Amino acid sequence: MFGNIQLLIAAPALNVQLLLDGILIGAIFALAAYGLALVWGVMNVKNLAQGDYVILGGYIAWWGQKTFGIHPIVMLPIACVLLFIMGWLLYLLIIRWVINRDMFTSLLATFGIAFMLAQLLNVAFGPEIQTAQSGMTTRTLFATVSVAEIKVVSFVLCCVLAALIVAFMKKSRMGQAIRATAQDARAARIMGIDTERVYAFTYALNAAICAAAGVLISMIWVIQPFYGITHAIRSFVIVTAAGLGNLPGVIVAAFGLGVAEQYGGFVLGAELQQVSVVGLLLIVLIWRQIKLARLRQVVQ
Amino acid sequence: MSAARQGFDSFEKNNRKQLPFYIGLLAFGILGPLLFPNYTLQIAILWIMVLFAQTWDTLGGQMGYNSLGNIFFFGAGMYISAIVQVGTVYDVGLYTSASGAGKASFTPDQYYTGISLGILAAGVGSALLAPILGFIMFGLRAAYFAIGTLGVALAAGEIIGAWQWVGGGSGIAMPVYPGSADGRSEFFYWISFAAAVATFLVLRWLYTTRFGLAINAIRDDEDKAEATGIPTLRHKIVAWSVAAFFLGISGAIFGNMTGFIEPLEVAFPTVTFGIFMVAMPLLGGKGTLWGPVLGAIVFHVVKEVTWTYLLGWQWVALGLIIIITVVFFQQGIMGWMKEKWPEKFGVVIDPVTAAESREEATR
Repeated sequence: MFGNIQLLIAAPALNVQLLLDGILIGAIFALAAYGLALVWGVMNVKNLAQGDYVILGGYIAWWGQKTFGIHPIVMLPIACVLLFIMGWLLYLLIIRWVINRDMFTSLLATFGIAFMLAQLLNVAFGPEIQTAQSGMTTRTLFATVSVAEIKVVSFVLCCVLAALIVAFMKKSRMGQAIRATAQDARAARIMGIDTERVYAFTYALNAAICAAAGVLISMIWVIQPFYGITHAIRSFVIVTAAGLGNLPGVIVAAFGLGVAEQYGGFVLGAELQQVSVVGLLLIVLIWRQIKLARLRQVVQ
Repeated sequence: MSAARQGFDSFEKNNRKQLPFYIGLLAFGILGPLLFPNYTLQIAILWIMVLFAQTWDTLGGQMGYNSLGNIFFFGAGMYISAIVQVGTVYDVGLYTSASGAGKASFTPDQYYTGISLGILAAGVGSALLAPILGFIMFGLRAAYFAIGTLGVALAAGEIIGAWQWVGGGSGIAMPVYPGSADGRSEFFYWISFAAAVATFLVLRWLYTTRFGLAINAIRDDEDKAEATGIPTLRHKIVAWSVAAFFLGISGAIFGNMTGFIEPLEVAFPTVTFGIFMVAMPLLGGKGTLWGPVLGAIVFHVVKEVTWTYLLGWQWVALGLIIIITVVFFQQGIMGWMKEKWPEKFGVVIDPVTAAESREEATR
């Protein structure tokens, strides 16, 4: 562990490598976390199935490549559409009933969905670690820092998708309706907005966003049926750190998480990478608690 | 929801009405291994499930803190007992690093002292871990508490997996029971049964005390409870310690029963046992005395009977059961019975109030 830290100090290029990798992968985390913030903010559902939508999206891309030889990036819109439909159906079947219930109900119901999806993927594709082939090469910058082209491509795609989502939320009627519902569902209903439809759309949109993130993850990283929960925890870390309805915060927190995770994995060893994610979750939760305690004192 | 929130009702105060339950359970507990000798260990696991459900309900049902990470104490207890049992005779580091190669044997005396010390240490050790964790976690409310505890349980498995002194990912082989296979099953059956019964009796007593009322007050409204002078943090920590004590014991028993412990699948199975212990009290009816017991029995029996016929789909079915229970049947079996036969639970229905509440519901 200390040897690794010394290595970081001795070779500054390694830091550049870790930072770059962290930011490139953090962009994908930002995408999934934005979806979570959307669902959380609009309908107050803490979606623990977030990570499994990501993994499912990844499996769609991987499966498309394996059976039909379609390039994963081409599969991206297909995965989005499929997950959008699935999200809508899951809303009608399950989420609809938990919206107005206590927080634990939504948490546990979505955990049930997550559990079921992971097991379905396990039955369908087996527990092996998979990865989709992007067919792109790795370039070396300044003779020391290596950058996989696909990571850059996925970063650009993330930016494009994020811009599309933001534009959609700002300009389109449905985006405006979603924001109105988030502000005050009852008032929105009075204004003639069909909030049921808004909720269904929001949940489906979240699933589609996750699918896009998953397709990118499947190319630059690995997917496995049971990796979903870690992705869900990542999204929770980011949203809890950034707060709801704070897009710049989500992006910064996601980059931060990506970088922290790269460093954690490097310093502590790859087998403790998940621990470093969970450790960050605890740190963020405790930090939030201290902030709240301070706020309480001010109010007193 | 309101049915589950009533807390201790007259049914649970009236011992005479509960008598058939006690007799039925005791008869099953004592006759079970005699009637079905081939399933002794299965029934022993049932009692551990009953213990799981009850200890989860202490926080989830009675105190309103829904933990997804109670399995942490189960695994901690298992590892504490393993370290104590091995450590009283051998050097733990050498024992684990030689796993498989050196044949470590325990004399019956060493075994029985080891296991009794191990179970005790597991309970006490877990109960001491609860305040440490409690100081960090109990500031978190509602969903944050659930996610935080889930994170702790997930991380614990990984950290133990990287800790070479206790065998890392390859685990520890527990001392072998000195005796026949049947004697072993019976031995573990009786300690599991005793642990479940002791848990039930202690919790039953605890819920009737001032302490029980205080944690119910925390569930109903924590801020008001604090305002009425209940030291909420201390109560929450003590309640978790009690739950952790029994969970630690169950972990020690289960570890010895399995014979081989390993961090991810046996000691910290967050997505199997960790979720069962939430689903069972919800199925039975949380916040009641008998709900968790009933839920655990129904859940375990249904699971064991149908499991083998589902051919790989059993886990998918389990996810479905969790969703259906949580979304559509959250009042649980006890809550449902209370709605169906309220008079049996001492609820007197005033026709005027009933009409009013019906009006309220349709609005």
